[in-house]
This record gives sequence, structure tokens and C-alpha cells, in this order.
Amino acid sequence: MYRYIINRVLLVFPTLIGAAFLVFALMRLIPGDICLVRLGGGGTSFTAQSLANCHAEIGIDRSWIVQFIDFVWGLARFDFGVSMWSGKPVVVEILSRFPISLEVALIATLISITIAIPLGTISALKQNTWIDLLVRTFSIAGLATPSFWLGIMSILIVLDLTQAIFGQPWMPPIDYVSLWQDPIRNLSIVMLPALTIGYRYAAVSMRMTRSAMLEVLREDYIRTARAKGLLEKIIINRHALKNALLPVVTVIGIEFAFLLGGLVVTEQVFNLNGIGRLMVLSVQNQDYTLTQALVMVVVTIAVLTNLFVDLMYAWFDPRIRLN
Amino acid sequence: MASAIRVWGIVAGMLLIASPGLTAETPKPGGTFTFMIPADAPPSFDAHREGTFATLHAVAPFYSVLIRINPDNPSSTTDIVCDLCTEMPKPTDGGKTYTFKIREGVKWHDGTPLTADDIAASWEHIVHPPAGVLSVRQSWYMMVDTITAPDPKTVVFRLKFPTTAFLPALADPFTLVYKKEILAKDPRWYEKNILGSGPFKSPEYETGQSIKGVRNPDYHHEGLPLLDGFIGIFAAKQATRIDAIRGDRAAMEFRGLPPSAIEELGKALGDKITVQTSDWNCGSMVTANHKKKPFDDARVRRALTLGIDRWRGVPALSKIADVHTVGGIVFPASPLAATKEELQQIAGFWPDIEKSRTEARRLLKEAGAEGLSFELLNRNIDQPYKYVGAWLVDEWSKIGLKVNQRVAPTGPWIDAMRRGDFQVTLQANCRSLPNPLLDIQVYLPGSIFAGNYGFYEDAHEVELYERMLHETDFAKQRALMREFEKLVIDTEAHENWLVWWYRTVPHRSYVKGWKISPSHFLNQDLATVWLDR
Amino acid sequence: MTFATPTPTGTAAVTLDDFVPPRGVIALSIRFFRRQPVGAIGMVLVMFFGLGGIFADWIAPYNPTANDFAAMTEAPSWAHWLGTDQLGRDLLSRILYGARTAFIVGLSAAMVGGFSGLVLGVGSAYFGGRIDLFLQRILDIFMAFPLIIMALAVVSIFGTGVQNVILAITIPLIPRCARVVRSSALAIREIPYVDAARALGYGHKRIILRHMVPNVVAPFLIMLTAFVGQAILAEAALSYLGLGVQEPVPAWGLMLQGGAEEYATTAPWIAVFPGLAIMLTVFGINLFGDSLRDVLDPKMRDR
Repeated sequence: MYRYIINRVLLVFPTLIGAAFLVFALMRLIPGDICLVRLGGGGTSFTAQSLANCHAEIGIDRSWIVQFIDFVWGLARFDFGVSMWSGKPVVVEILSRFPISLEVALIATLISITIAIPLGTISALKQNTWIDLLVRTFSIAGLATPSFWLGIMSILIVLDLTQAIFGQPWMPPIDYVSLWQDPIRNLSIVMLPALTIGYRYAAVSMRMTRSAMLEVLREDYIRTARAKGLLEKIIINRHALKNALLPVVTVIGIEFAFLLGGLVVTEQVFNLNGIGRLMVLSVQNQDYTLTQALVMVVVTIAVLTNLFVDLMYAWFDPRIRLN
Repeated sequence: MASAIRVWGIVAGMLLIASPGLTAETPKPGGTFTFMIPADAPPSFDAHREGTFATLHAVAPFYSVLIRINPDNPSSTTDIVCDLCTEMPKPTDGGKTYTFKIREGVKWHDGTPLTADDIAASWEHIVHPPAGVLSVRQSWYMMVDTITAPDPKTVVFRLKFPTTAFLPALADPFTLVYKKEILAKDPRWYEKNILGSGPFKSPEYETGQSIKGVRNPDYHHEGLPLLDGFIGIFAAKQATRIDAIRGDRAAMEFRGLPPSAIEELGKALGDKITVQTSDWNCGSMVTANHKKKPFDDARVRRALTLGIDRWRGVPALSKIADVHTVGGIVFPASPLAATKEELQQIAGFWPDIEKSRTEARRLLKEAGAEGLSFELLNRNIDQPYKYVGAWLVDEWSKIGLKVNQRVAPTGPWIDAMRRGDFQVTLQANCRSLPNPLLDIQVYLPGSIFAGNYGFYEDAHEVELYERMLHETDFAKQRALMREFEKLVIDTEAHENWLVWWYRTVPHRSYVKGWKISPSHFLNQDLATVWLDR
Repeated sequence: MTFATPTPTGTAAVTLDDFVPPRGVIALSIRFFRRQPVGAIGMVLVMFFGLGGIFADWIAPYNPTANDFAAMTEAPSWAHWLGTDQLGRDLLSRILYGARTAFIVGLSAAMVGGFSGLVLGVGSAYFGGRIDLFLQRILDIFMAFPLIIMALAVVSIFGTGVQNVILAITIPLIPRCARVVRSSALAIREIPYVDAARALGYGHKRIILRHMVPNVVAPFLIMLTAFVGQAILAEAALSYLGLGVQEPVPAWGLMLQGGAEEYATTAPWIAVFPGLAIMLTVFGINLFGDSLRDVLDPKMRDR
């Protein structure tokens, strides 16, 4: 068991280094650089001297090897450097935008769990009835709808509805306040985006819950319990649900890391100042340090989540545990 | 069509309601003004090193400048007035020396007095920056020889040669005045910090979110500012800004919105919205890479411009894009600009499009480039780049050219242009205060002007320009300008000037005291803005 | 060779040949549709858009890229069934041609991604050892790497255009496919008969192709159908961010970008119809994929 854990943990490092190399190389392969964006982005002109000064100031005139060593050495010391665009420490840039993305992600997960588990269970229990069909249609529709389109439509609908009912169009506030400062205002900003992401997330979880439940319900021990005359409710709660939850939790866990993709687009639609938008911005600005740091953060979360899931499975798999 | 008439009727109506109201009321002091800045976050707060409105809209309210365009008449191209000086000086010494007398009693926000030394140091920072300091406007002031402050109340500019281009350049809104003491200690301090002498103080910046300021009670203009404070919210996405104005989360934004937004706001809010419009000192142009065949042939380049139906295409395009006026290389409202009759002599502006297109096809055939197919490099932004690009592809197809677009994000786009990795590119020329003599520098060959990506040389053109720059007689200067214009966009067709952009700024009707100007960089210190509610 | 292999209902005797798929695609399809009406509905939806895309040249009433400044943002009418967009282009024609782009992108990305994943997954499972370890690490990296940054970078480096969009979308699909294929293939690997077959002198190629691959075909096909849907959605998202196909190519995602949001309140049809097209197509693909899974999943087959 311990050998397995150590092996598995050690495997994390090549992945991280590989990802660091990949992002480093990709960013520098993009033609142009941040100085061009900064100096020429306004449609005005700049001299070659200004450009050279800018390069020297930021440090992108050094050789790639030097820059890479700098980067990796910084990572090892948890020093992520400064953003090339704003000159502020990368940590500050990321942390100031983290709360809103985290909040949206958490509320989306909450929404999805609250919808998915009960609906998925009912769907499994009432397999092939019209309830099952309805839930399945609902979940497949959730997978098929582009989340940004859903976001655009929802803003529109809210705007038009409030105009029709109240005469005044309502839209969420555009300046962010934290949950502790003003909960109502904060929730009114975060609700629509969380619902948009949550719907899709719920769709995935719903399907997983349904199929996991279906599998478990077919197991021999469930049949035995039924034959013994146990109440259906007890069977579901004590036996079926518990065992079905393992793969469901796995999926929720893995999907959480991939929530980022949904965040990027949703933050664009709702103009939220979060991590997703920061990512798009940092690549567009060709801000190497910021992009590199962001990618490392995301990759680390994904890798650690996978590690956790693998270890969990190893714990439950007696072949490995009792080795 | 009917709906379009209705929309422009509403707009006209709103303008009619709005215009007398703008001048005839008593300003009410007080209130906090919320506006949006159409960007994600400024690269830095130092206006001397940045060229983006993101920086300027955020920091202009905190600073003063030496001279500026009159805030009560910002659409004029010649009405320049003092901010920190006492009166506009007459040049002496054959037009080479300008002596400015500075106001008394101006204070920095930290309480210390502002003197001529500060102004001289700020201008040195712009015109003769120390090694390692970036000043993007340096080349505009190549006519300046020395800047001195012989006493705390006087600043003297000495030029290398007299030119009418100097004063407008001096009035550029990015030339904020910084404190000498700070610049001496750390010339880059202003990138991350704000300390000025302007109408607002106590800046509060939240990364990528908003910037706030409060009223400066010691401001050197009596009775101003009228507001208690302001909040500038960064909102890069257009739909967000429109929704915000619609839902009254913010009163306006200062860059300009496209016609669709105006229509939508008009329909939703009626007379709660006022719209101000102005020609913009920005425009779209097509540049052919003279190093790539067949664009080294002037006939092919002339065909490109002859094939475009500006007179009919632009009005249609103006319904969906931020464009409006068909004009030559000089800002339309400037006295140096060509009249319609003069314009119609130039290739691409002929009144008869069929004649124009036939000539284009003839030229292409002669040059052996009939049915040519090429790639148009374009920037990955909707307004108006992608709309203009789509229009161009369509227009060129009517003279038998098969064009496809290569759209790139800003960085790769500029990089491709600098390296000459393109055949034809669509770019923009965006300047601030209309100053035709400097604004047309973009047409000069790349060896003279860094922002020219045509990769050509033309000594005759440069010689013409120099003569124009040094000419002090207006009539002669105008004649030279016509010659220059004809050479650059007709005979040699080095560049292909398409259309001038249009600035349409809708705002909530309770916002008063702000007047639109030809540049989104002008008139941004908010001192005269007041809220009627 | 026969083996006894455990099933949920007891044990069954299986031979190597049981792992080869049954013949007769047509017979199979007919049987499929009769047993899975929901899947049939999905197929109908997909065919509707697919055929629309194929025959667009004949069915579409207008040229999808022709600007018509006299008819900008017109509401649906008899002249333009779905209305026009902000450049006066007919929406119905653009949706029909857009189906073509959607399927080209979707099918190409799914095929390339799927088959690369298949090769990598089977190879990794079969050869095991250090090759497996190395390949898995590479795949891990690409799976953890944020798709958006990858797509942004690919498009910035190689330019926009249909091939590059397909490339950007395919990259994240490969490791996911390889993972699934690998775990199915590993299940075969563990069974002793592979070693026995090797001992008997069967070559790598024969074992892989005749026995390993057929066992992974079921989950692989299901993944492929899921990929087509995901690729279409990914193209839409990339185009929305401005990184996908460019003007004037008609593509559903592109139609939802820029103009659609600008005109969302005054001309909602510009945003609604392309979004509906995407949704219905992917919905159909998912329905079909679901039914396929119900049929091919061996655990369900025994009931």
C-alpha cells in the first residue's frame, strides 16, 4: 500500500514539469509579445527604441533557457513573479480574482448536487417510465446546450421580464462586492452565472447518479435485501445510495477541475472579474508570467484531484490495500 | 428600412431635446458619478508611457495639464486654453520660443505647492526621458529643443524650428503634470501610483474592477469640480456596458457605442437617454505590403482603392459599425481638410463607381493581376475592424478579386505587420487632439515613422512633408497638403484611406456638463460634469 | 481455446471468437432502431441537420456570405424564413451551410481524436511497462492543461481557419479517449490467454487487432459519438471567444459571436436560431449515443 502511495505521488512531478515546459514553450511560440500589445494596441505608433526599452524592462530579451530556469526555480520557491502587464505580483492578481470564481463554482456544484442526486435516483428507480424519460431529456438537453448561449438568453429573459413586469429593466450589479460585505448584492451577481454552469454540471452528475444507481440496484445483495422483505426506503438509503455515491463523487470531483472551461466562457458572458477571464486576458496580452502561473495552478489542482481519486480507489481496492 | 428611419427619428428627437438643455441650466453640485471604462485593466497608471484610453480614463480626473482643448468647446480643433498656465502665450523669437506663466496657488493633493519646476520636469520626462524610461510620445516633440523653468512662475519652451504643429501637440491629454521631487527620486513611480493636482483626489483602485476618486476642495478652478466623487468601472464587454446603462448601474462610457446599442437604448429608455455624436479622429486604412508582388506595382494599389464604393458603402456600413464620414487624409472638421469637390478628384472618391471599377479592372489587367487572389490581414476586433473587413472583401469581389481574411489577435497582428508577414492589412490610425500635420505622419515611409507598415521609400513624399511642416502661411500649407494627399492615396496609392470613424456616446440624461469631442482621450477630467437629479 | 468467465448471472463459456463483433451492419442497424426508438429520434435529428448541410448548395435560398445592406436585421418573414443578420445575410442559408461546418469540424475532430486515442490507448495497454508509464504522463499533462489556453495558443500560433480549429479541439480529446480505451484494453491484458497466445507464437499485430481492439470497440464507439457532440460545442465556444472559424465562413458558433449579443434585444433571432441549431444537433447526437451505449454495453446485453 505505501509503495503504491509513494509511487503514485512521485508520478505527480513529471506531469507538473511537463506542463510547465508546455506552457512556457506555447506562450513563446505565439508571434509578437506583450510590448507590442501594450505599445501598439491603441492604434498609435511607437519607435523601435521604445520597444527595446520595454523588452529590457520586462526581461523577455534574455535567452529562453535563462527565462525557463528563472521560471522553474521560481516555482520551486513558490515565487510566481510579477505580471508583465501590470507589474503587480502574480499572486495578488490571481488572489484578487479568485473569490468570485470560487463562489460561482461552489454554488454551481451545490445547485448541481441538490438537483442531480435526487433526480438521478428517482430516474433510476423509475427506470423507463415517463418520469425517467423526462429527467433524461432534461439532462441530455443540459449537455447539449452551449453554456454561453444559455447565459446570453438568461440575461435577456431577465431583462425583458423585469421590464415587462416592473417597467424597469433589472440587471445584476456590475461592481463586485464580497459575500460578507453585502450578501444580497453579491448573490444577485453570482446567481445567474452559477445557474448557467450548474445546469450543465447537474446534467453530467444526474446521468452518472442514474447509471451508478442502476448498476447497484442490479447487484445481488440488493436482490437479497428485497427478497428478505426489507423496506424499499431502507434499501435505497442504507445500501444502494451509499455504494452508488462512490463513482458519483468521483465524477463530481473530476468535473470540478474541468469546471474551469465553463468558467472561462461564463465569465465572459456575465463580465465577471474572475480567474477564467484572467486566463483569456493573460494569453491575449501575452503576459507570460501570469499565464504560466495560472496554468500551473490549474494543472496542479487537476493533478491533485486525480491523485486523490486514485488513492481513494486504491484504499477501497483490497488487492492493493492488503498487498 | 422603415425601422431605420424610425430609429434615426428617435435619435434626432433625443438630440433636439438634449441640445438646448445642455447649455441653459444651473449646475447642481454633488452626487457620485458612475461610468464605465471599456477595458479590462490599465497596463499602468503612467500616461507618459501608455497610449491606451484605459489608463487615461482612469487617471485623468486626478491630474492637471499645462494647456488643453477648451472643455466648453471640445469639438473645436483650434480652441486651446490654459489649465495650469494663466494665458496662452504668443510665440516670440520668430515663432521658436513659447513662454508660459504659471498660476499661483495650485497645490498637489499632498498639500505642497505646484511650481514651474514640476511642469518643466514632467515635460522633460516626456520629451527627453532618462535612459530606461519609456515615453511613447517622444517623437511627436522632435521640434522641441529645450524646456526650462527660469523661475517658479515661468516655463519656457524653445523649438528647433517654428511650426503650427507645436501648440496642438502640447495640448495632448496624455501629458499629465507630475511632481518633480517624485520623478527625481523614482522616474517610474507613477506607473503604480497616482498623485496629481487635478479635480479629484484620494484614488482607490481595485484590480481589474474599479477606480474611485473624491472631490478635491482645493482645486485651482473656482467652483469645480461639481461632483462629490466618481466611480470608474472596468467593463470590457460591450453587452455588459449597454445593459448597465439600460439598468442604470452606470450612467455612461466615454469611448463610443455602435448604432445597434443606440437603437436598443433608445427603444428601451426613450428620453432618459441622450446621445452625443462626433466625428472621431480615428479611421480605417488599408496598407499594401510594397515588398510583396504584385503590390509593388502602383497600378495594383490604385485598383484596390478604385474598387471600393465609399460614397454608398459607408452610409450602409454606418448603420452597424462605428464609421460615418467619407473624407481624405485630414480630419474632416479641420480647415486643412479637402472639400467634397477636391475629394472627388481623388481615386477611390470618384462620384461614378462604375467608371471607377472599370478603371480598376483595366489597371489590374494591365498589371497582369486580373482575378488576383490574396489574403487580408485583420485585427480580431468587431468594431469596426471585422465589419470593415467583411465589407472590403465584398467590394473587392466586384472587381474580380478573391480575398480571404486572416484574423489575428492584437499581438500577432502587430507582429505580422512589423515583420512584413502579410500581403494587405487593415489597420487604424488613431490620434487624439486633431493635429493634421502630426496625424498624417502615418503616411511617411517606415524609415521615418515607426508605425508605417507599407515597407516603401519615397523621398519626394518626405520632402513635401518637411516643406509642409515648416510652412507658416496657411494658404500655401493647404496647397501642399492637397499635393501630399494626392500623392499618397492616389498617384502612388501607398496607403488606402477608407473612412473616418464616428463617436456616438449615449448617456443617461441626468448627466450634464460633458461635451463630446473628436477624441475619446479629450475632456476626461470630469471637472465640469454634474448630475441633474 | 475456451475459458470459463464470470458473469452477473453465473459463469459462461467463451472463446476468443466471442470477442469479435457480429457481422451485418445493416441488419444490426435495423435491429437497433426497432429496440431503441429514442435513439432513432436522435438519428433523425442528426440526419436532418446533416443532410441539410450536405445539400445546402441546393436547398439554401440565398448565398450565405452575400452582404445585403438593404435588408439588415430583418425579422423572420416569407422572404427570409429565419430573418437576416446585421450584414443582411439570410439566417436560414447560414444555418444550413453552418451545419456543414459543424459536421466537418465535429466529425474530423472526433475521428482524428478518437483514432489517435485508440492507437495510444491500446499501444499503451499492450506494451505496458515503461512505454505505458511515459505515455500516461504525456497524456496526463494534456488532460490537465486548460483547453482554453491551448486553443488560444494554437490559434495565435497557427492562425485561425477550419484546420487549426479542428487541431485545437482534437488535442484534449485524445488523452480522454486513450484513457478509456486503455482501461478496456487492460481488462483483456490481465486475462492469461494473451500470454498464452504469445507463448503459442501469435504475433503482436494479430493479438492486438483480433482480440484487444474488438473488446474496446464498444466503449470506443460510444466515446466517438460523444466526441462529435463535444467538438461541435467546443467549436461554438471557441468561436464565441473569437478564436474559432472566421468570417465569412458560416459556422453556428461564429454566428453567436459579436453581432448576436449586440443585437440580442433588438433582433433576438440572430442569437436564438444558431443556438437552437447547436442544441438540437448535439441533443440528437447524445440521444443516439445513449441508445448506442444501451445496446453495446455488455453488462446490459445479458438481460
